[in-house]
Amino acid sequence: MGGFLVLEGVSKRFASTRALEAIDLVLQQDELLVILGPTGAGKTTLLRVIAGLESIEEGRISMAGQDLLQQSPAARDVALVFQNFSLYPDWSVRRNLEFPLQAPGRGLQKEEIEERVKWAAELLRINYLLDRKAVQLSGGEMQRVAIGRAIVRRPRLFLLDEPLTNLDAKLRETLRVELVVLRRQLGIPMIYVTHDQSEALSMGDRIVVLAGGEILQVGHPEEVYRRPVSPQVARQLGQPAINLLEVHRAEDHWVTDRGVEVMPAKTGETKMLLGARPEDIAPVGGKQGGRIRVVEDTGPGWILLVDWAGHSIRLLVGKGKSWHPGDEVFPQIDAERAMLWQREDATS
Amino acid sequence: MGFLRLSALRKIYAGGTEAVAGIDLVCREGEFVVLLGPSGCGKTTTLRMIAGLEIPTEGRIEVGGEDITALPAAARDVGFVFQFYALYPHLRVRQNIAFPLESVGLPRSEREKQVDEIIQRLGLGELEGFFPQQLSGGDQQRVALARAMVRQPKLYLMDEPLGTLDADLRREMRVLIRSQQLEMGVTTLYVTHDQEEAMSLADRVVVMEAGKIRQSGPPAEVYDRPSDLFVAHFMGSPGMNFIEGEVRVEGGKTSFWDEQGGFSVDLGRPVPCGRAILGGRPEFVRPVGRGGLAGKVVLDEYLGDCRNIHLDTACGRLVMRAANGDIEELDQIIQLGFDADHLRIFAGDEGKSI
Repeated sequence: MGGFLVLEGVSKRFASTRALEAIDLVLQQDELLVILGPTGAGKTTLLRVIAGLESIEEGRISMAGQDLLQQSPAARDVALVFQNFSLYPDWSVRRNLEFPLQAPGRGLQKEEIEERVKWAAELLRINYLLDRKAVQLSGGEMQRVAIGRAIVRRPRLFLLDEPLTNLDAKLRETLRVELVVLRRQLGIPMIYVTHDQSEALSMGDRIVVLAGGEILQVGHPEEVYRRPVSPQVARQLGQPAINLLEVHRAEDHWVTDRGVEVMPAKTGETKMLLGARPEDIAPVGGKQGGRIRVVEDTGPGWILLVDWAGHSIRLLVGKGKSWHPGDEVFPQIDAERAMLWQREDATS
Repeated sequence: MGFLRLSALRKIYAGGTEAVAGIDLVCREGEFVVLLGPSGCGKTTTLRMIAGLEIPTEGRIEVGGEDITALPAAARDVGFVFQFYALYPHLRVRQNIAFPLESVGLPRSEREKQVDEIIQRLGLGELEGFFPQQLSGGDQQRVALARAMVRQPKLYLMDEPLGTLDADLRREMRVLIRSQQLEMGVTTLYVTHDQEEAMSLADRVVVMEAGKIRQSGPPAEVYDRPSDLFVAHFMGSPGMNFIEGEVRVEGGKTSFWDEQGGFSVDLGRPVPCGRAILGGRPEFVRPVGRGGLAGKVVLDEYLGDCRNIHLDTACGRLVMRAANGDIEELDQIIQLGFDADHLRIFAGDEGKSI
């Protein structure tokens, strides 16, 4: 199997709890791979296994063609950045950045260390903070320094565990852009763990959707968003969440279990689960009327919560027209973009 | 005449930090007001002064015409929800929710009815017999909200009540909070750093920074017509694009020119000449055939329903919101144009909108 980092059949248990189950995964040399999943999915365990902080029961891991499991955490030369800024509070930013370079095994000269700290500080635009104590920094500054401490080492691999979770929304948005651009400049591969679907979609070259220690889907962001393999994956991506409707085929149409004819049906199963993203339902053009219950302003658009013949659905529409609670709409699902999955209760 | 009135409210902490720098705010009865701003802007301190948990250094707080500035917290009749739920561990969910009603002296049947209603509205029916430690974090926070909102106090005060929940649950909870608040008709102050949450919940958004109110208005107004550069940047994800330059009038036409003079846009309205900053939201930047501002694609962020294309131009980094499907190659050059109807001009030392 080609690839920079290759995991094959990796399994991990904590006592009787299954944390990772037969994980197969390949990371390319110049790739940002996002691992997306809810709390308890096994995301952090996976990172810790790669970093060498957890052992595994089964499986193989290789990096650059060499067996990683034979190597100590230090020898793996990976940099781990956590959600909680792990800086030495009473040290200056400069000393925090120098520290990982002063490890005895590295054998770096003083000039080389100074040069690398300067380089990292410029990349992250934290030069002006170098002489301040870590404890005096804001959250965003601390997380920049924490990332700086990972990059000064120029490791072979970055492992980031929800590094932006504790920051304000505005700062998260700025730093996520900086991280993607910075990683590309460095050309070092990265695995980025998050539970935030917008980070996953916007940052990832590919996304790994993880749940209960198992990989549900791997793919490019657009592929996972547009062609999720299951309703479970579909619900993990997209905000507001995808609309799910139980439908059955009545002649040449899909009809919801409450009797709304939603779109033309081709042949196939008789009972299905239909998924329609909020932006793929137009407020006009459908046959069955509905009434707007709540209107949310997103800035560039509106989210309409609509009561539709007993279904509660969300539409994401542009600002061309104003909408108000109580307005009547005729939701029309874009049949080209709708998704269909087998239903658990399908009997055919 | 407002229901809640803050006058010249100021808070200086013992260390000398001025957390709130003399703010004035009036809220109508039943209004849902969101205090929005970055960490350290004074929004939480403001809320805590209204709750009686902090003593103002100066200024006055009035509720329903009564000066409550010196009133102890317990006498203020407010329902407070914190980011971290504080439930009674020895009481079941139903008892936790009913607790605030016990001291009010309502008849038992009326009390039970109100508890039933909120349990149903917040979808807690299956959990009412559980103890708090048997619940997930999200469910505990729902119970905390139910307990705060079962009563009809003079004010609901909420300090990032959804902060610790994951995105899906936050969105569901937002709708529940709003519908319960409308049902009870209680004036509400809600603190958050998340502009998306503010936009979706508020009758009125109050943007704060460095202890001051920057702008106060309905969400669409604050988003479409920000009063200064800070608000323009803070609202929107990402915020507004800015280009530095100057406004000139030539041949009766008012135009904005960038600093190098290589790019201009007809403003289509009279604006005072001089140094200025042009502002345009990402959704009003679009590719034009020719004669636009050349931008090199540095990042194409896929967001599902749209994309944010980040471009480096002679006027700095800009973001364009693009429809789905139009994937842009890195390093490609795109000519950018702006939708003149939606442009803003900021000027002066404080970057005020003109």
